[in-house]
Amino acid sequence: MYSIEAKDVNFYYGDFLALKNISMQIEKNSVTAFIGPSGCGKSTFLRLFNRMNDLIPNIKLEGKIMVKGEDVYSKNVFVDQLRKEVGMVFQKANPFPKTIFENVAYGLRVNGEKNKKKIEQVVEQSLKGAALWEEVKDKLNRSAFALSGGQQQRLCIARALAIEPSIILMDEPASALDPISTLKIEELIFELKKKYTIVIVTHNMQQAARVSDKTAFFYLGELIEYDNTDKIFTNPQKEATQNYVTGRFG
Amino acid sequence: MDYRKKRNINQVVWFSTLRVMSFIVVAILFCILGFILYNGASAISWDFLTTMPQDGMTKGGILPAILGTFYLTIGAIIFAFPLGILSGIYLNEYAGKGWIVKLIRMMTNNLGAIPSIVFGLFGMALFVNKLKFGDSIIAGSLTLGLLVLPIVIRTTEEALKQIDDSFRTGSLALGATKFQTIIRVILPMAFPNIITGLILSIGRVSGETAPIMFTAVAYFLPHLPSSIYDQVMALPYHLYVVATSGTDIEASRPIAYGTAFVLIVIVLILNLSASWLRKFFGNKVKTNS
Repeated sequence: MYSIEAKDVNFYYGDFLALKNISMQIEKNSVTAFIGPSGCGKSTFLRLFNRMNDLIPNIKLEGKIMVKGEDVYSKNVFVDQLRKEVGMVFQKANPFPKTIFENVAYGLRVNGEKNKKKIEQVVEQSLKGAALWEEVKDKLNRSAFALSGGQQQRLCIARALAIEPSIILMDEPASALDPISTLKIEELIFELKKKYTIVIVTHNMQQAARVSDKTAFFYLGELIEYDNTDKIFTNPQKEATQNYVTGRFG
Repeated sequence: MDYRKKRNINQVVWFSTLRVMSFIVVAILFCILGFILYNGASAISWDFLTTMPQDGMTKGGILPAILGTFYLTIGAIIFAFPLGILSGIYLNEYAGKGWIVKLIRMMTNNLGAIPSIVFGLFGMALFVNKLKFGDSIIAGSLTLGLLVLPIVIRTTEEALKQIDDSFRTGSLALGATKFQTIIRVILPMAFPNIITGLILSIGRVSGETAPIMFTAVAYFLPHLPSSIYDQVMALPYHLYVVATSGTDIEASRPIAYGTAFVLIVIVLILNLSASWLRKFFGNKVKTNS
């Protein structure tokens, strides 16, 4: 069974066809990178997996999105349950104006977890999972805004890990970070792959090449090419892919 | 003349003009404040604040007016704050962008622009006559409540609007429901601005005369109110009475200044505490931006 499977997906913003007939399978415990120029639909596609697009008015979806074999747009799926299964990290680190501890505990609390011991344990585990524990273990009660941008982004990853998802979506997670923080996030992605299925949208071609197993190239709402990452970067089948990965446009 | 020199002179002229203008505004304000504080201060004493009026309101204190204003304000708050805050939350967080919502929002804004005397007449027609509350604290409170309802709704809406959507999506992406997101993340962040707006609206309520004239206040009462269906005296109306239609206007002049003094100090304290509270809570909920 695939972690994520899209079947003949068409997606509209109002009358605008943003995604054209896309089918794709994503394997468990793999890293898949979505690349393509701005406005090509890669983020839109990513946000279908945890139904984040639901927040936008006037949208229409045709086709099917399956997560672990289940149609996530069927009527008997609860969106909040789905989002516990499919975590997400955003482009701009968006910690809540709470303490570091409470940021990570948030997902558990809204989930109804009351056991203090359990919460403490999960918070520590998640911060370790996001490679942030060593840096913050002595200041868990400090505001999350006291952290640097890169730390905040790893905090957001920890926050996503705490609800124990099986899939993590990352929407340009490092685009606002300096090279060292970016490197840390990339190392982290490599670690996380062992336990999670990761889908990452990125504008950074080297990043896609470094972290992902498979790469999908989107252009103008179409999935142009989807293959093993080394193949996409060394021997792409389509000319558009070739042009994009070599930097001739985009 | 070279270009840079000309530009500098231009700057100086404009800055000076703006400075003079703002100085005039502030000066007028201080004249009014100073005049009232100067004339009123001598009337202020502990007795003035804590005793009943005497001798046809030419002597004695203004205790019933202070208490009356207090009761009316509290009543208005109890009515308007929950209703207004919940409406604001609904309008900003739940209501879509349909024409009904636009209509509601437009009506709310228009409601805020209606002269307060119209609220007074409406309150009299509805609460005093139709619902048979009579001239009473409850009728006055409800009328004042209606008056500030648009302000409370607007304030709440604006405060919520300022919260960046990334906090909403961040919370939803963690599997929180919309309700949890609002209660746990959005409201705490919007709280400083909401509370500021609320306090400013209290200042507005406590200073209004027209809405309570036909719905709650009495010219003079020999005793304090004992239930919400009783009439009350109130500071702004008391000021109006002793300044225009008292038994002996000359003799009660110090009382009038004293009343104005108390009213201004109350409003001033409310406004200052609003800006102080905003700072206090603002420090607690700092964000990146």
